[in-house]
Amino acid sequence: MTTADLLGKILQVVMGLAIFAAVVGLLIFFIDKAPKKGRDYWQLAGFLAPALIFLIIGLIYPAIRTSLLAFQDNSGNWTLDNFIWTFTQPTAIRTLINTIIWVLFVPTISTIIGLAYAVFIDRSRGEKFYKVILFMPIAISFVGAGVIWRFVYEYRSGDREQIGLLNAIVVAFGGEPVQWMQTDPINTFLLIVVMIWIQTGFAMVLLSAAIKGVPTEQIEAAQLDGTNAWQRFVNVTVPGIRGSLVVVLTTISIATLKVFDIVRTMTAGNFNTSVIANEMYTQAFRASEVGRGSALALILFVLVLPIVIYNINVLRKQREIR
Amino acid sequence: MRLTRHRRWLVPAAAAAAVGLALTGCTGDIADQEAGDVDCGPYEDYGTFDGAEVTIGGTILDLEADRLVESWSDFENCTGITIDYQGSSEFEAQIAVLAEGGNAPDIGIVPQPGLLARLAQGGWLIPASEAVEANVDEFWSEDWKQYGTYDGTFYAAPLMASIKGYVWYSPAEFEEKGYEIPKTLDELKELSETIAAEGEHKPWCVGLESGDATGWPGTDWIEDYVLRLSGPEVYDQWVTHEIPFNDPQIVAAFDAVGEYLKSDDMVNGGIGDVSTLVTEAFQTAGLPIIDGECSLHHQASFYETFWNPEGGDDVKVASDGDVFGFLLPPANADDPQAVTGGGEFPVAFRDAEEVEAVRAYLSSDTWANNRVSLGGVISANTGVDPENASSELLVQSIEILQDPETTFRFDGSDLMPGAVGADSFWKGIVSWVSGSSTQEVVDTIEASWPTS
Repeated sequence: MTTADLLGKILQVVMGLAIFAAVVGLLIFFIDKAPKKGRDYWQLAGFLAPALIFLIIGLIYPAIRTSLLAFQDNSGNWTLDNFIWTFTQPTAIRTLINTIIWVLFVPTISTIIGLAYAVFIDRSRGEKFYKVILFMPIAISFVGAGVIWRFVYEYRSGDREQIGLLNAIVVAFGGEPVQWMQTDPINTFLLIVVMIWIQTGFAMVLLSAAIKGVPTEQIEAAQLDGTNAWQRFVNVTVPGIRGSLVVVLTTISIATLKVFDIVRTMTAGNFNTSVIANEMYTQAFRASEVGRGSALALILFVLVLPIVIYNINVLRKQREIR
Repeated sequence: MRLTRHRRWLVPAAAAAAVGLALTGCTGDIADQEAGDVDCGPYEDYGTFDGAEVTIGGTILDLEADRLVESWSDFENCTGITIDYQGSSEFEAQIAVLAEGGNAPDIGIVPQPGLLARLAQGGWLIPASEAVEANVDEFWSEDWKQYGTYDGTFYAAPLMASIKGYVWYSPAEFEEKGYEIPKTLDELKELSETIAAEGEHKPWCVGLESGDATGWPGTDWIEDYVLRLSGPEVYDQWVTHEIPFNDPQIVAAFDAVGEYLKSDDMVNGGIGDVSTLVTEAFQTAGLPIIDGECSLHHQASFYETFWNPEGGDDVKVASDGDVFGFLLPPANADDPQAVTGGGEFPVAFRDAEEVEAVRAYLSSDTWANNRVSLGGVISANTGVDPENASSELLVQSIEILQDPETTFRFDGSDLMPGAVGADSFWKGIVSWVSGSSTQEVVDTIEASWPTS
């Protein structure tokens, strides 16, 4: 690429932005000039339309198409084979089980660690510093985290020099190097550790803010009643942050159900570590079995749905209380 | 204060300037190459185009991609067609999506006939022009033409080729210890047992790790054994699913390979026990031969470039050098030579004269000789002069491909549907060497075969 090419590209971007601004400006101008009668509706439609169009193109249409594809084979005939495959093939069943293991462990453990950490550092000296340390992994992309941790778990056989941290430690203490990523079922749990490592910071920051929102009067009142720290935590702090706890748990649950990058970069789903999102990609794009991929996508959608609904319900109830 | 007001625009302006300068640095203005003294004679038939551009996508990367681009630079200068090549390791996964969305490159260099069939099935491919077909009829065998054909329509000529089923060894070690190059599979078994019995090291070194494609080197073993033990007819029936994947003849091939891959006496020289097969990268697995820690390594002709991972030529690949390869022998000494191999097919997504001109050039003997002369690869094009190849092994490989007596079969997993050839077969190999029984593995793979 030459400088001239680059300038051309930059010019294109600038032009694109200018055209976008012009279109939006024109739209707003006309909405403003809409007839007095029913102006509210015109404005409503005008402002909703762009977002709605993008939603339809980017979300609703693909969702419908995926649902249809899930019930078709490669030549377009209607069939239930894709779902039968998902629930009968040993490898596919293992994928579903692994996803359940992920959803059971990641949200609970990262929330517990995040909450404990938040409570311990609350109002301590250097609180900001401690927070930054735990929050840092969240700034690393999932792929980046996967690559980093793959080195931690790296295996070199026998007498060769260990380049993986974990095996280097094992060997230093006189043990035999372990094939961490190849040993089922340890490998799934070692992958889960990576996700927890990333998500704990998120849980900690949200819960720490929530803890600060618990009224000091309540805690002092409990203290006057002669409670110890644990009782204050269980009976005052936890009920006070219940809403935030639910948000944290559900958000991490949804992120965990969708986990793809970590598994893809670290084991690519080999050695019985595959999860739904990874298998969805593998089937749809590598194996050219679009139907199977779509069926897995649909299952993933159905699994996420109740969590999202619950999350919305809790948020709505909280708003009503306020 | 005046200074603060100044600062308000100074900082963003300085930042923007810095970014701008940095970006200019990236582009590193490359002067257009001189058209200069190119002999345009061979390119006259393709016509001349004014400012036409053809985009090509494929899996070929790095040094191989540079050589590919170099192989058509004269063609570009003489015809006026600009060829823009983009390589991507995710090409195979993306190409169907791109084609469906109408965003595919003009030409896609597809490395698997199975993928070509799927793209043709989707109705996205442009059939090959008469010029391409004429080249194929002249320079390639009927088998090769068949791999570029789907449902009776001919879509693409083959491009390059590789021969699978080489067994790499150290000529010096063989001479010193008096080992003979085996002429039958039984002799190979005896040789392996002899090396194992001498006890200095395990005879074979094997690596199956290859990222998300882990397991594929093992499929090459199975394919070689199916072809040699049961012959080309059974091989064809196997890859087209006329016989099931768990047919007894396939099980026999698995078990024959298992005597090496699943035996702690046979593998894994210089690396560890059987469990290390899946952690050892295929790129480095053969290297213990140089250190005398194993004697035999099964890998395709392209493994030649891996002997010197740092570049250079410290390790000499020759029949009197540090390493060399012999073809995995036939089951009986008087059986004809049978080899498996791979290749690529440039399929077209845009119907245009310049695209077909490029494809005609790529299918010609002119291109094949140009590319083979640049080194590292071979072609099954019979117009190629074997002497143009860059090494003794590649010369030998071209001669094998061009020999009409050779039974050639395309890599089986590349011919099978993606759900098997690029997924369950690989995964099956991984679980097989990790301890699953042959029957369990072939049954699982058979169950994954798509019904349509």
